[in-house]
Amino acid sequence: MDFLNAIILLLNYIFVPALTYGSQLALGAIFVTLIYGILRFANFATGDMMAFGTMVTILITWYFQSLGISLGVLPTALIAIPFAIIFMIGYMLFIDKFVFKYYRVNKSPPVQLAMVSIGVMFVTQAVVRIIIGPSDRRFFDGEKFIIKASEFKEMTGLNEGLAIKSSQVLTIFVTLILVSILFWFLNKTKTGKSMRAYSDNEDLALLSGIDPKRVVMITWIIAGILATIGGALYGLDKSFKPFTYFNNMLPIFAAAIVGGIGNPFGAFLGGYVIAFSEIFVTYAYKKFFMYVLPASMEPETLVQLLSTDYKFAVSFSILVIVLLYRPNGIFKGKVL
Amino acid sequence: MRKNLNVIAAYGIMLVLIILVGIFQSWNVALSIFNMCLISAVMTMGANVQWGYAGLINFGLMGYAALGGLAAVLISVDPVQEAWAVGGFNIIMCLGLIVIMIFAIRFVLKIFEKSKIRTYGIVAIIITGIIILRITSEQSIEAIEAVNPATTGFLGGLGLPIIFSWIVGAFFAAGLAFIVGKVALGLRADYLAIATLLISEIVIAIIKHEDWLTRGVKNVIGLKRPVPYEVELQTKEWFVNLVTEFNSGKLELISNITDKQAALNQLIIEGSSVFVKLCYSGLFLIVVIALLIVTQKALYSPWGRMMRAIRDNEEAANAMGKNVVKQHLLIFILGSAIVGIAGAMLVTQDGLFTPGSYRPMRYTFLIWVMVIVGGSGNNFGAILGGFAVWFLWIEAAPIALFLINLFTIGLHETNALKVHLIESVPYFRYLMMGMGLLLIMRYRPKGILPEKIEIK
Repeated sequence: MDFLNAIILLLNYIFVPALTYGSQLALGAIFVTLIYGILRFANFATGDMMAFGTMVTILITWYFQSLGISLGVLPTALIAIPFAIIFMIGYMLFIDKFVFKYYRVNKSPPVQLAMVSIGVMFVTQAVVRIIIGPSDRRFFDGEKFIIKASEFKEMTGLNEGLAIKSSQVLTIFVTLILVSILFWFLNKTKTGKSMRAYSDNEDLALLSGIDPKRVVMITWIIAGILATIGGALYGLDKSFKPFTYFNNMLPIFAAAIVGGIGNPFGAFLGGYVIAFSEIFVTYAYKKFFMYVLPASMEPETLVQLLSTDYKFAVSFSILVIVLLYRPNGIFKGKVL
Repeated sequence: MRKNLNVIAAYGIMLVLIILVGIFQSWNVALSIFNMCLISAVMTMGANVQWGYAGLINFGLMGYAALGGLAAVLISVDPVQEAWAVGGFNIIMCLGLIVIMIFAIRFVLKIFEKSKIRTYGIVAIIITGIIILRITSEQSIEAIEAVNPATTGFLGGLGLPIIFSWIVGAFFAAGLAFIVGKVALGLRADYLAIATLLISEIVIAIIKHEDWLTRGVKNVIGLKRPVPYEVELQTKEWFVNLVTEFNSGKLELISNITDKQAALNQLIIEGSSVFVKLCYSGLFLIVVIALLIVTQKALYSPWGRMMRAIRDNEEAANAMGKNVVKQHLLIFILGSAIVGIAGAMLVTQDGLFTPGSYRPMRYTFLIWVMVIVGGSGNNFGAILGGFAVWFLWIEAAPIALFLINLFTIGLHETNALKVHLIESVPYFRYLMMGMGLLLIMRYRPKGILPEKIEIK
């Protein structure tokens, strides 16, 4: 019984949150990796683009709520997301046309494009803060829990409860579906294949008649979809605050590099690697050992490897180690 | 003279702008902008040495600035005897332990061949080291943090004049840069950018949460000053005389004695804060000018030419027998040390150390905007960038307010859109920075004052 309690404890405090957080990071990381693989620069505006998509989602959600439209148990934001995606794609293509295209055509070095993306970051951040303000906003409605901790305790008779929020299940579900569609698209369709070819060897791809404009446009469209859904899911699960989104850029970068930048599947797994290691290292295992070990051996301290303050530092340290030992990422395989 | 005309014109415009602020807003505001401009200029010089001279991209400026600030605390604050008594020995032991750990790793690296087992061994050393550190330090850290937590709760510093911290801050930053450089400099440009950004976040996390060293988010306030305090100045006779003489024309117009005294008091209070700011300006100017002379000399020395050669073509420079790796490390350390000085100067001027305020937006990306806008590779350009961008950063809100009022002049005061826009005035500075950066990168990619290569 104690053993079961210990497992439920880990599930509740490590596994479910890490899986959710990992999914959110994974979407962002695939976004970074796609831009890096095809447009060949590190996009420092990632976090703020996600914030922009989320902001549009929130505004549309508010509009729907004011009209009285809702999905019942599911959050209203789900109907708002498709509209937000359309808007976001427009924004991405607008930025590309007026900002990034010039440097791409001129074959500027990647560093210059990264600098330009910092300019985009500043502007996007300003637009988000001017439109919706810097404060914390929750826009989750509908049923909050699938299983409440107390219900679970009653159901199973265990001491430990397992609480599963509907936003968590939603996040994991949507991520898996989206990522499967994306991989199917990249691996099976002609357009996807042309994107991979372009990423592999630009000159060769051009020679074989692939239209670079189309590839770039589709990349931005996919990026818009990923940014909006990733941002909205994070906002549904936690809350929307522009500054947090900017900060999330850092673990997202870490995930993309850990997975091998330019490699979407690596980025997908990288998100989970970062999320799990952050939570594993900063979780206090005292209660877990209390269940597993006999009473005489109970630990006195919290049995916490690092305090939760260092959550971000953990993922960054992993990144530094990966950069040192395997600069191409921990997952070998074909790039994009 | 002719060829330097644009430099002189640009600096002239900047000076006029600051003087205009002095006339229209107040001299206090103008001087505080000027001081911050000087500090920004030091930071941009640091970034410029790395990016403009050597083409190294360092997005970790925030970390070095914070270390400089930490130096200001550790140098100037008086040591907390009680805290040293309860936990000092233990902390020193822990530092020893870290040193032993480093040597153990070096030993393993030296003795054993490169293999999987060696890697695992190093990981094992690090993990056991961290566990031992946590166990040995936990109690003493708690004890230190329990010593009068409202005012101290940390070990304190050395109690020396704060001006020394400018040098120590440079050494702290240089030390960190040495480690980061050893680790990350081999990476490609954009990887290096990300790696340095993340490492600086780690540094900030440590400074924020190691309360026994830095007081963390509780902040250290009331640091010593290298310049007189306003309150003391106001009682000094020579200062009162100075103010009276300075404003004699204004004071003569007032005939009533009590009114005259009140006006004089007001002037003394204002004058004292202006005087203090002027003292800071003097100190900062000395640093800026000294650094400018040194960096300018370096730029045109054989060493500077070598750095440019490395920047423009690494392989060719390497083929000519220049040690690219070593020079990269050297310039990374030098640039970071300059940023460390700026960090210490900033904390000295503010008189307080607030780890929570170190955010990449303000301390990394804004400085980069300054370098790019000013002109990378050109020290005068970098300094001008520091001045212009900081000026805009501060004055963006009033400018935005003015523009909003201008464009919404037809709308009523309570119009929802107008109210909303006026509420979000502080965020227009990000918009201006972003637009400025994008426009400069597009239409003047070398910055306002581009790099000029002249062989003398």
